[in-house]
Amino acid sequence: MGISVKNISKSYDKVMALKDISFEVKPGELFGLIGPDGAGKTTLFRILTTLLIADKGEATVAGYNVIKEYKSIRNHVGYMPGRFSLYQDLTVEENLNFFATIFGTTIQENYDLIKEIYVQIEPFKDRRAGKLSGGMKQKLALSCALIHKPKVLFLDEPTTGVDPVSRKEFWEMLKRLQKKGITILVSTPYMDEAALCDRIALIQNGNILEIDTPEVIKNSFPKTLFKVKAAETFKLIQDLGSYELTHSAYPFGEYIHFTSNNVDFNAKDLVQYLESNGHTDIEVNETAPTIEDTFMELSK
Amino acid sequence: MNIIRYIIQKEFRQIFRNKAMLPIIFIMPMIQLIILSNAATFEVNNIKFGYIDNDKTSFSRELVEKFNASTYFNVLSDYPTAKSAKSAMLNGEVDVVLEIPQYFSRDLIKEKKSDLSLTINAIDGAAAGVENVYVSQIVQQFNSKIRVGLMLLGTPEAQPQLIETIPLFWYNETLNYKTFMVPGILVLLVTMITLFLSGMNVVREKEIGTLEQINVTPIKKHQFIIGKLFPFLILGLVLLTVGLIIAKLIFNIPMVGSILLMYGYTIIYILVILGIGLFISNYTDTQQQAMFIAWFFMVIFILMSGLFTPIESMPEWAQILTEFNPIKYFVQVMRMVMLKGAGISDIFPQVLKTLLYAIVMNGLAVWSYKKVN
Repeated sequence: MGISVKNISKSYDKVMALKDISFEVKPGELFGLIGPDGAGKTTLFRILTTLLIADKGEATVAGYNVIKEYKSIRNHVGYMPGRFSLYQDLTVEENLNFFATIFGTTIQENYDLIKEIYVQIEPFKDRRAGKLSGGMKQKLALSCALIHKPKVLFLDEPTTGVDPVSRKEFWEMLKRLQKKGITILVSTPYMDEAALCDRIALIQNGNILEIDTPEVIKNSFPKTLFKVKAAETFKLIQDLGSYELTHSAYPFGEYIHFTSNNVDFNAKDLVQYLESNGHTDIEVNETAPTIEDTFMELSK
Repeated sequence: MNIIRYIIQKEFRQIFRNKAMLPIIFIMPMIQLIILSNAATFEVNNIKFGYIDNDKTSFSRELVEKFNASTYFNVLSDYPTAKSAKSAMLNGEVDVVLEIPQYFSRDLIKEKKSDLSLTINAIDGAAAGVENVYVSQIVQQFNSKIRVGLMLLGTPEAQPQLIETIPLFWYNETLNYKTFMVPGILVLLVTMITLFLSGMNVVREKEIGTLEQINVTPIKKHQFIIGKLFPFLILGLVLLTVGLIIAKLIFNIPMVGSILLMYGYTIIYILVILGIGLFISNYTDTQQQAMFIAWFFMVIFILMSGLFTPIESMPEWAQILTEFNPIKYFVQVMRMVMLKGAGISDIFPQVLKTLLYAIVMNGLAVWSYKKVN
């Protein structure tokens, strides 16, 4: 009853957007697709929401085949595209009414489902959608996607371009929707949001790199991770790149995350190397890996 | 049914909230109708006329006086030589130059024939043709008068043969160009507005991304399309109504035929245009593309509609092409019904062809609108 994807491939002209992708989303799960822009997330969403037909493979959503039973899927899924795509010249209430009507329902009928979200924008229900703030628009879009009580909810980068406070609120809303039994597939380029999902799939260049719970993915990081800092960051990256014991070195906030190709690596050796290269204010500390580190490691 | 009604309601709301589009839809066509109907005339007036009188007799002066009396000609000046007349025409000061040869009157009396030389500025070919006809008419009148005069002088062979044609212009007795231009221009306005609006409407939803959102809903194709196009049908009929009122009140155009028939035909006709608009919409990604394609068809349709140039005088291949021009049928029907009072049986061929066209275009439009790509 969740989502099942088997060997899906899709190419646009010569570019392979998805390469033989398979995964399962259990009913009631909050599943995250994590990957950079151009990884194939939107293509996958479009296939699952019956907007696009895959070249190869099979997929079912809420138990319905995306090709043969696309009509049933359209009755049972909610889709929130990455770009705000409601009528900017209609008011909040008119937008909601419009989507309720074309799904053959009314706002009153499913009000309990959207209530928590809608009450926040209800004071502005006579305002045109185009005049809402980013966070408000997103709440309206979510309300519209939920108005017909979908079994599966697809959210394509719902938090891109939204402020941190609204992002946090949004994820809390998703958690609450999940408790109501809705299966949610959400994509995001933000690694910090990945930790909020039940399970995540790391996706890059149309391939799935890893599927597991965020915890397992974090702990699967194979090496000891160091965060390195020095007075001159740019020179530091260059010097780490030419260091013979370097396995990986990439910027991470104000630090450089560093792993060594030597199993018995000692941090003191690195400090020595950097000092001999004229670095000052050197800091080298062991740190816990994040999902982003795993992603960087897997995509290497 | 509920869904269609709601979409129609939504479309109307959006039309009336678009503050920039409202005047474009309602005011501009009316201004165009009033301006174009007053200005777009085929009559050639105020022709700048010059002459070179080498004869300088009472005969030649009488001929010039004929031109002076005509309302079509503004007699500007006489030129002393052909050379100065030539340079005046080069400078655009004169359009028609008549040169009266020396011994004009003498030859006319003695030889009973004489020649006149006429030079016409033919940069505007259509006007030049009309000017030639006007000049010929005046010269002929002069001619017949002279012959009567000569006969009176007692030459027995010169029998006056005065056959006069008195034309009767049916359905437009005073040959008022407005009477046939206004229905034509009204047709263009109704067509332009409905084609552009319907052509850009679905593309607009593509551009702002709402089409994708709608495509994942269980809405049926026909519900969406009917809901989308119906408001433009209404809009087209409103435009027609306002246009007809202006035609009657301002231009006093006769409306002999059945108004009901006019509306009935217009409904079928607008369906054709909406089908074309939707078809364009389905094959374009931006409003700009849709606009240019709509313009392309619009210009061809207008120029080959028989409104500005008669279809009968086009080359044969072009005449065949005009069979696919919906504007042609609408212009014909409007003129026939409004001016002649044609009934349903008179315009039956046009109705049938338009209906067929409507079915084909809308079929194509529905077929090419795909929710999945």
